[in-house]
Amino acid sequence: MRDILRNLSLRAFRVWQRDADVYFTVWKTEFLPPLIEPMLYVFGFGLGLGQLVHDVHYQGRTLTYLAFMAPGVLAVAIMFWAFFETTFSSYVRMYYQKTFDAILATPLLVEDVILGELLWGTAKSMIASTIMLGVLTALGLVHWPSGLLVIVIAAAGGLLFSAFGLIMTSAVKTISQFNVPMFAFILPMFTFSGTFFPLDILPPWALAVAWLLPLTHITILVRSAVLGMAHPMLPISAAYLVVVSLVLAGWSLVRMKKRLIQ
Amino acid sequence: MLESSPMRTPPAHSTSEPAIAALDLVKRYQDVEAVRGVSFQVAPGEVVGFLGPNGAGKTTTVRMISCFLPPTSGTARVFGIDVRERPRDVKRVLGICPQEDNLDPDFDVLKNLLVYGRYFGIPGAEVKRRAMPLLEMMALQDKAKSPVMALSGGMKRRLILARALLNEPRVLLLDEPTTGLDPQARHAIWTRVRALRATGVTVLLTTHYMEEAAQLCDRVVIIDEGTILLEGTPEELVRQEVGRSVIEIWDHRPEVADAMRELRGRVEEVGDRLYVYPENEEEVTRLLDARFPGQARLHRQATLEDVFLKRTGRALRD
Repeated sequence: MRDILRNLSLRAFRVWQRDADVYFTVWKTEFLPPLIEPMLYVFGFGLGLGQLVHDVHYQGRTLTYLAFMAPGVLAVAIMFWAFFETTFSSYVRMYYQKTFDAILATPLLVEDVILGELLWGTAKSMIASTIMLGVLTALGLVHWPSGLLVIVIAAAGGLLFSAFGLIMTSAVKTISQFNVPMFAFILPMFTFSGTFFPLDILPPWALAVAWLLPLTHITILVRSAVLGMAHPMLPISAAYLVVVSLVLAGWSLVRMKKRLIQ
Repeated sequence: MLESSPMRTPPAHSTSEPAIAALDLVKRYQDVEAVRGVSFQVAPGEVVGFLGPNGAGKTTTVRMISCFLPPTSGTARVFGIDVRERPRDVKRVLGICPQEDNLDPDFDVLKNLLVYGRYFGIPGAEVKRRAMPLLEMMALQDKAKSPVMALSGGMKRRLILARALLNEPRVLLLDEPTTGLDPQARHAIWTRVRALRATGVTVLLTTHYMEEAAQLCDRVVIIDEGTILLEGTPEELVRQEVGRSVIEIWDHRPEVADAMRELRGRVEEVGDRLYVYPENEEEVTRLLDARFPGQARLHRQATLEDVFLKRTGRALRD
């Protein structure tokens, strides 16, 4: 671990820059999903389901279902964009395109590559949530300027899920094995983290589990920022996010280094 | 040239310092020893070829020198710089051509060079200045804006070679540079490597094409099962190990083999073919003409391939 910390350098930015260059080369297809995704959710869930579910009581406030759900959509995007980037996309770069090998033939070290991937996954979350924030603002669902904090939350949450994704990438033998963390972690979090319904309707045991999930804390933070209101859990959620993202980032460096150097 | 800070740069290199010096390199995986104590040196400006069957340890050795794999034990130095202590400085002076295509498929040819140059900290304007002559050298000047996915296998190889030259390396490591190429593409690579050698670049290449080694290398190292079996100039090795010529006898009857074994020299029987490595060629041809007239045969010059097969055997290695 001490070796890893010593070898970290700003050169990681070169790896980040390479990934960003690819992204902006193919931007037409990359920009579209975060633009369309919130609209689908808003029209599908918000307007469809919102017909059935009228008001949601959240922290002493009464919200329309649409207003309650919109921050959940953002929180989910923070998780998805980072996780998909450092699982499927990183795996393609590592295994199929041999991009990491090409980079390692230059003065960059394995640590630079891993850090660059982590930071790029983080950036993907930030870019996607910024675009979605714009769409949701246009729909009148975001409180300003507190809504801007979503981008900061996306930085921490993006790092957390980038690191989680890279740990998975260090472990899988084939690209199809990413289905395991998808069904074991990502999809349960998608549903049970207070994203689409308030946590307090869960039975106590499920609530206890929900408090352990990172997406629960990201959702609390994002919802507070988007609605411009406080929440008693804010300090704990913020601390959880910072600590867990740093721990997972360190762990991902150790695991990926093992995978890349035999 | 070294770009590291003056503090860390060793004193000016004497000309006698080897470009590559490996001492007792070992690479062990859980239950396999891929490289078992390999020591060799490459002088500046020399072109050295590593020959060996698949799995011999060639690529593993090259990967240790290029800082991809940490050696289990032993040391490797590039111009005196230890690969484990200062990998960034070692990689700054190396040009690495990997076995597999690892170009960036989402970028065009020039962009591939620009991004690669960034990893070395070469400014974009400087990369552009260096890119055109390199692309011209590799006959890719019209392809600067082509997507990499549209290039043929041979063009990709040449682009990888151009990319490896971008940082003006002092040592070029070529891992099977022509595997899978057609003869035209292969000769095109050879021509470029010979041109580079004329500029004084040190080259270490791995190959299992004997002709490639004979065409390009000042010296070859034959490696198998993780150890060095032989080294020397291609001519020396052929002379010492095989002799001047080989007589191949095709579709022979058993009596022919018996007769050959009575003569001086080595005889090898592989399937329907008999290889005779004579001490006295005339003795063999005279006997064949007299006792087995009409026997199909080929009298040819001995090659590196004969040395290779003699020392590494004919058993399949996959």
